[in-house]
Amino acid sequence: MRADLEIIDDWIVPNSRVLDLGCGDGELLAHLMQHKQVTGYGLEIDHDNLTTCIERGVSVIEKDIDAGLSSIGSHSFDYVIMTQALQSMHRPDRIIDEMLRIGREGIVTFPNFAHWRARGYLAFRGRMPVSKFLPYTWYDTPNIHFCTFKDFEQLCVERNIEILERTVVDHAHRHRWWIKLWPNMLGEIAIYRITC
Amino acid sequence: MPAAIPEDSVGLVTPRKLHFDQPLALSCGRSLAQWDLMVETYGELDAAATNAVLICHALSGHHHAAGYHSMEERKPGWWDAAIGPGKAIDTNRFFVVSLNNLGGCHGSTGPNSPNPATGKPYGPDFPIITVQDWVNSQARLADRLGIRQWAAVVGGSLGGMQALQWSISYPERVRHCVVIASAAKLSAQNIAFNEVARQAITRDPQFHDGHYYEKGVVPRTGLMLARMVGHITYLSDDGMREKFGRELKDGKLSFDFNPQFEVESYLQYQGERFSSSFDANTYLLMTKALDYFDPAGERGHDLAAALEPARCGYLVISFTTDWRFSPERSRELVDGLIAAGKPVSYAEIDAPQGHDAFLIPIPRYMEVLGRYLERIANGLTPAKGEPHAR
Repeated sequence: MRADLEIIDDWIVPNSRVLDLGCGDGELLAHLMQHKQVTGYGLEIDHDNLTTCIERGVSVIEKDIDAGLSSIGSHSFDYVIMTQALQSMHRPDRIIDEMLRIGREGIVTFPNFAHWRARGYLAFRGRMPVSKFLPYTWYDTPNIHFCTFKDFEQLCVERNIEILERTVVDHAHRHRWWIKLWPNMLGEIAIYRITC
Repeated sequence: MPAAIPEDSVGLVTPRKLHFDQPLALSCGRSLAQWDLMVETYGELDAAATNAVLICHALSGHHHAAGYHSMEERKPGWWDAAIGPGKAIDTNRFFVVSLNNLGGCHGSTGPNSPNPATGKPYGPDFPIITVQDWVNSQARLADRLGIRQWAAVVGGSLGGMQALQWSISYPERVRHCVVIASAAKLSAQNIAFNEVARQAITRDPQFHDGHYYEKGVVPRTGLMLARMVGHITYLSDDGMREKFGRELKDGKLSFDFNPQFEVESYLQYQGERFSSSFDANTYLLMTKALDYFDPAGERGHDLAAALEPARCGYLVISFTTDWRFSPERSRELVDGLIAAGKPVSYAEIDAPQGHDAFLIPIPRYMEVLGRYLERIANGLTPAKGEPHAR
């Protein structure tokens, strides 16, 4: 299983109700269903992913998250999860509000645009960073709202969102002792557990 | 006529008429003392009777869902594209049951059947039948066939309503429910279309208040108009543009009121064909069943509350250009299922064919349906940890 999903798995209390926004091929939900006896749904728009979820027996709903989640009842889930999709939302702030309206807690992961490699790319080459991990050019990237860990935490302060837990890892979701020294410079991906 | 039966066809099939002599109490307060159902089955029921799939038909459907009645038959059953060996509803793995519903005109007891009380056809005296009544009659059919629990109940449009009602009324008898191009209730616009259809029929001078059988006539014009308006709502604007555009039959305007545009002659042809093969009283009954269906109505219009008893998994499918049973109606159902905590998967299929798409083997549609049923066949029904897993 993807390393970030393993970290999330550690945070989920057994028998919870989970909503996974942009659930991909359903790997996390399938794992949580089996090992944590959770119930829940994934939202997804990619057709192949949808079919894979159905094959796995993961409940999956074809739904564009950007079109809004207003049809889903308030406080109807324990966790609302969004991995590696926040930066591709039209209004990430509204999605986070929605996550915390629907769920008791939100779990969100995103890449850090203040990582030294991105800073270096922009500073020395004067161009928008492109990497193996984020391979898109500025005009075709689905990632339209990059932010840094600091930016995200500032948003949390403004919206009175409480950060319950934060894990900062490298691009392969590995814990590195040195990331803790300067997370906003050295960390590539953050996984936050939030509530309001 | 098929030159040879295709390999992925269930082949030649023979319908059976099953007689039931235990009265069936109906929602309207009346009951049918004895009644018949026309039934076709495909595939083999396994020893433990766990592989049965019920197909529920839509407004103008019937028991003949797959295969051929004879080598002379022009077309196979109405859902042959989805039912057969290796198809989405795989008859190598499932025992598929398809019936003509009560009130129908293809052999099951309906308005054109003799009323035992009078010896004459029921006509307008045939009781109004609801989706609930159909499901109750289908449960008797399941008893007769030795099926305690369906692996899946599957239906499109009005058939999807029956599948949904099954999951609510007989939760212990349904493992999976597949609701295609359907709705938890009709919209006012939808009821309005049905009313136009009914008015067209009942105002036909040949209708004779529904007693046209004795007069030896058929309200053909009314039935044709009803079908024409229905047919328009089953196609999409894009689909019609693509299929007919503004093409003229003779290539030029004729400056009279005869059909000149291709779409006009197409509708007339469809209407005429339908009016010679379908019963007007049945059409009235089917549209009423559609209008009345509203399982949430009895539960304070709380769909989640109405779905509460269900214990099955759901697959809901809609089609992007379907405006008679729009994706929005399917999404309402999905929202209700999520609110009720039921396992549900939902796919919105890109298709230009409007409501008719549910009868067409669109690749992604067949794949979603096939994979869902394949999982059922593999015995992996609701995975451990899914809500209401058994």
